[in-house]
Order: sequence, then structure tokens, then C-alpha cells
Amino acid sequence: MEINEALIKYCLRLGDDAMILGHRLSELCSKGPYLEEDIAMTNISLDLFGQTRMMYTTAGEIEGKGRTEDDFAYKRLEPEFQNVLLVEQPNGNFGNTMARQMVFSVFYYHLFKELQSSSNEKLAAFAAKSLKETTYHMRHSCEWIVRLGDGTEESHWKVQDALNEIWSYRHELFEKDEVDETLIAAGLIPDTATFKSAFEASVQEVLDRATIEEVEEGWKSTGGRIGHHSEYMGHILPIFQSIPRTYPESKW
Amino acid sequence: MSADNQFPQWEVFIQSKTGLPFKHVGNLHAADGELALQNARDLYTRRQEGTSIWVVPTDEIVASNPDDSDAFFDPAEDKIYRAATYYNLPKEAKHI
Amino acid sequence: MEDVNRLEAFQAKIDREEKIEPKDWMPDAYRKHLVRQMSQHAHSEVVGMQPEGQWITRAPSLRAKVVLLAKVQDEAGHGLYLYSATESLGISRDELLEQLHTEKAKYSSIFNYATLNWADMGAVGWLVDGAAIVNQVSLQRTSFGPYSRGMVRICKEESFHQRQGYEIVADMALGSPEQKQMAQDALNRMWWPSLMMFGPHDADSPNTGNATKWKIKRETNDELRQKFIDKTIQQATVIGLTVPDPDLKWNEATGHYDFGEIDWSELKEVINGRGPCNKQRLNHHRKAHQEGAWVREAANAYAQKQKDKKKVA
Repeated sequence: MEINEALIKYCLRLGDDAMILGHRLSELCSKGPYLEEDIAMTNISLDLFGQTRMMYTTAGEIEGKGRTEDDFAYKRLEPEFQNVLLVEQPNGNFGNTMARQMVFSVFYYHLFKELQSSSNEKLAAFAAKSLKETTYHMRHSCEWIVRLGDGTEESHWKVQDALNEIWSYRHELFEKDEVDETLIAAGLIPDTATFKSAFEASVQEVLDRATIEEVEEGWKSTGGRIGHHSEYMGHILPIFQSIPRTYPESKW
Repeated sequence: MSADNQFPQWEVFIQSKTGLPFKHVGNLHAADGELALQNARDLYTRRQEGTSIWVVPTDEIVASNPDDSDAFFDPAEDKIYRAATYYNLPKEAKHI
Repeated sequence: MEDVNRLEAFQAKIDREEKIEPKDWMPDAYRKHLVRQMSQHAHSEVVGMQPEGQWITRAPSLRAKVVLLAKVQDEAGHGLYLYSATESLGISRDELLEQLHTEKAKYSSIFNYATLNWADMGAVGWLVDGAAIVNQVSLQRTSFGPYSRGMVRICKEESFHQRQGYEIVADMALGSPEQKQMAQDALNRMWWPSLMMFGPHDADSPNTGNATKWKIKRETNDELRQKFIDKTIQQATVIGLTVPDPDLKWNEATGHYDFGEIDWSELKEVINGRGPCNKQRLNHHRKAHQEGAWVREAANAYAQKQKDKKKVA
């Protein structure tokens, strides 16, 4: 695969992951378990949309066809989105939301740590900035998993359930295909296999503090990177894209 | 509605730049110090207002009583000799 | 006898434009008035997150989305500053929420209206935040310290809210025919409810006396409402929108706009729980609170366990 083609796809993948998760968190506005936590979750959403915008802009620049961040966000359909299935999962209860966040943030923390030394300046700068944000997201979600796990009996089984459900979705983050192999070979992105054990160690530390003994392994999600999503995508995009789609002649 | 689980209150102090004093900016409710710190960061530093945060349980604050202000603070009023401007020195003397 | 002296000293402080702080002696009526006013102000910020929050997922551009998210976040923050200030007078957050949930406490009438198209996001920022700014700028000089300081902070943050809203409306009013129609429609629906935000006429306002004497309120309802109208008409005119008031007329003699009579019966209905969205707003808030109970309990339980560990260690 040609390097630029791989780069565009890679940037879109990062952008899509951030966008769909940002969307899920934005659904929670005014629905938090208490007001202070409402602000925390919308803050994470804001950070993620910032990352989305950076990656879409970069993809558009490399592509050189004049596509803008909004073209990528509002004018592509489900099969063109390359986000992992993890981020499409619904918010559920607060335990579900934090479990999803923990898996996402711990992965991206480790990824950004490596990616910030990419020889591609744009990727390196993006990773350095996003690392700061993701470090905070990781801290926030992990601290909540600990408190829910080692809180009350009710919170313990609720977060256990949440982890059991989300566990299926973490392997997909480490999938590699031609896009990744091309960029790894060119030294532009890290091989995710190199930090898989670090990821697992980080997660295990949280589970230990949360007094979670074991999480069920189930099906391993896959397909997001080639546009095969969960059924949720079909309900996310129509809402997200509704206004420009309804009024295509208008400028937004 | 049952009497709910009230989180303790924390007072928040922000240092806007290293070297400057911490300023009281308000308070919030949180179950423990870690969450209080994170909530304070989200609530009070969104516009780059700070580089460092202290959170202190409101119950730990010992405050002077407004009824005592006369006794506490007025006696300082007539001790103007604590100010540099009180002293008359020869104009010619430098660095003093 | 002591109370008479304290009351005199209190009034003298107010007259000297000194701030009253939470631990200062204050008449019961002053405390009660402030608790009611500040808590209702706080509830307004929080309930206001709902009509705007429900458009975040549909914001038509990424820029619009992050701006709206940031704005609604600010509203949550304002609610928190105001709850803090209220709690300094000896009432707990739980009691305040209970008052909201049982409808003992009210919140601004405007948030009981539905937001029906994207232009409403513009109208809310332009008109509702615009009206709030007029009120809040005045409140910066209120006599109660925590309220005054909260207002200063809020005013700094509020200015982007109104500009964000006006930008949306202006872009749409000057955009495609569909956009212009949506913008005019939003103005048609939001104008009168925005004027009602300032409350009843001064003559019909029961709490004005003390509020003025104790410098809680620095200007009257009618004065603030007039300020808002005078500022806003021109903003509508330059983008080609028509304010839905056939009686609106510039009065050269007074230097203000004359305007039509407000439908006070509508305000009365909305204030008393019979507006378009009252039930929906409260149900939403109660539901979020109830669903969050297990989370709050968990956080408290964890904190207690850590404290117990420390004791044993």
C-alpha cells in the first residue's frame, strides 16, 4: 500500500474512534450521576472531538482533495467509518460508561506514548498533545472503576457486569492490517504488539485495586476497521449527521 | 426522596502561576480527595486559570469569627510604624 | 434589643457598599431571600442544560458541536458556583435538590419551552443568555459576597455564550431560505418568553422592597427588561429578522423602545408547573439523580473504607 494512502486511513481511524466515543459521551450531558461528574464526562467528550478535528484535518491535507473535517464527519456513511466497535457501545449505566472509557484510554495512553516519537511531525505533535488529555481520561476512568469495584456490593456486581460486557471489545484495538504494516515498516507508527503487555499490566493494576478477580472472555469484536460495525452505528450516524443531510443546500 | 448520600464539601484553592499564592475560588462536593482534585480541575481551570490545585475539606478550615473582627484586626490600625513610609531619612542616603 | 443594634450595623454595612459574608449576622429574611434567589438561579443553570443538551448530538458542524458542549459545560459550572454560594448559608445540596424535585423551588420559566430547530440554539444564546447577562451584570454588585463573586465569574464566562448564539442566528438569517425561515421561527417562539424571564412588572413584584433595601437587587425587573429590549432590537434588525411585536416602536422622547403587553397569564401558568416542558424537565432531572444513587453510594463507601484503613494502620 502506498504510504500516503495508509496515512490517510490511519488518521481517519484515529479520528473515527475519537468521534464516535465523543458522541457517546456527549449523549450524557445533563444525565450524570451528579453535577461535577457531568462536567467531567463532557470534558472528555470535548477533548475527543478536538482529537477528531485534528486527525480529520490532517487526513484531508494529505489527501489533497479539499475535504474538510466536516466532510469526513457528516458526509461519510457507515461502511466508510473505520472506528472500532468498542466506541459504538451504548452508555448503559455509569459502570458501562467508565469501563468503556478505561479500556479506550489505557490503550490510547500507551499508543500515544509511542506515537509521539513518530518521524511524521503531524502524528508526533498530535500524539504529544493527545497524550496529556488521554492521561487524564485514563486517570479519571480508572479511579472510578476502583471506586465502583471496591464500593458497595451493588456497585461491585454492576461494574463486574460492565467489564464482562466490554471485555470482548479490547482485542480489536490491537488488530493490524495492511495499513498498519505499511506504516510500521516505514517507522511512522509503533507496532501495538510492543505495548500489549504494558496495556494488560495497567488494566490488571486497576482490576486489583477494584477487587475484581476475573473478567469473562467472550467473543472478540472485529470488523470496525473495514467498515463492518455493530448495529449501533446505524442509529448513531443518522442523528449525528441529520441537519446537513436534511438541508444539503445550506452551509453549516 | 430518601435522605441521600451527601458528599463532603471541599474548598478549592488555585495557583495561577508558579510562585504566586494560592487563591480561594470556591468549593465543590466530592467523596474523596482524588475525585475532589479532578472535579476542581474540571470546574475551575477550564480557561487555563491554574497550574496547581489544593483541595481542603471544608470542615478542616478554621476561620476567624466576624464578631471578633474588632479584637482581631483593629489593633493593627495604629501601628503605622510597621510601614516603611513612617520613617524620615536623609534624602541623600541610597539603597535604604 | 441586641438584634436591633445588629440590624442597624447590618444596614449600615449595606449602605457603605460592603459585602455581607456567610458567617456575618444577617436578618432571617435576608438569609431566606438569598437562599431562595440563589438556589433558583442555580436550578435554572442546571435545568437549562436540558433544552440545549439535547441538540449537542445533532450539531451541524464539529465546530458548532464543541462550542455548544463547552457552553453547556459552563452552565453546569455556573450551577455549581451558585449551589456553593447557597450552601454557604447553611442549607445542604441534598435539601436544595429535594426542593427542586418536589417543586418547592422554581427555576427560570424560559427553560420550560421546547427547542425545536437548530436556530433555537442560536436564539437561546442570543436572547436567553442575553437576558441573563443583563441581569447578571447588575447582580455583580449584589450585597452578599459569595453571590457577587459568583456573578463576576459567571459574567466573564457568559459573554461567549451570547456571541455563540448570535453567530448561529446571524449565519442562518443570512443563509439559505430554509435557514432564514428557521431563524425567524426561533425568534418568533423565543422572544416573549425571553422578556418574561425578567419577571413580573415592578408593581406586581412582591419581593422588591427588601431586595432593594438590602441591595440584593440593584435594578428593578422593568429597568432590566427595558435594557435588554433596547440592546437587542438593533441586533435583530441588522440580520433582517423581525421581532414578533407589532407594538414595538422607538420612542424619541424617552430614548427607549415602547413595546407590547406581555401575556402574564402565560408566565403564571409556566411558573406554576403548567408550561410545555415542566414535567419533562423535572422527570429528567429526578431520573438522572435516582439512577446515579448507586454511584454516589459507591463513592462514599470507598471513601469510608479508605478512612477506616488509615485508622487501623
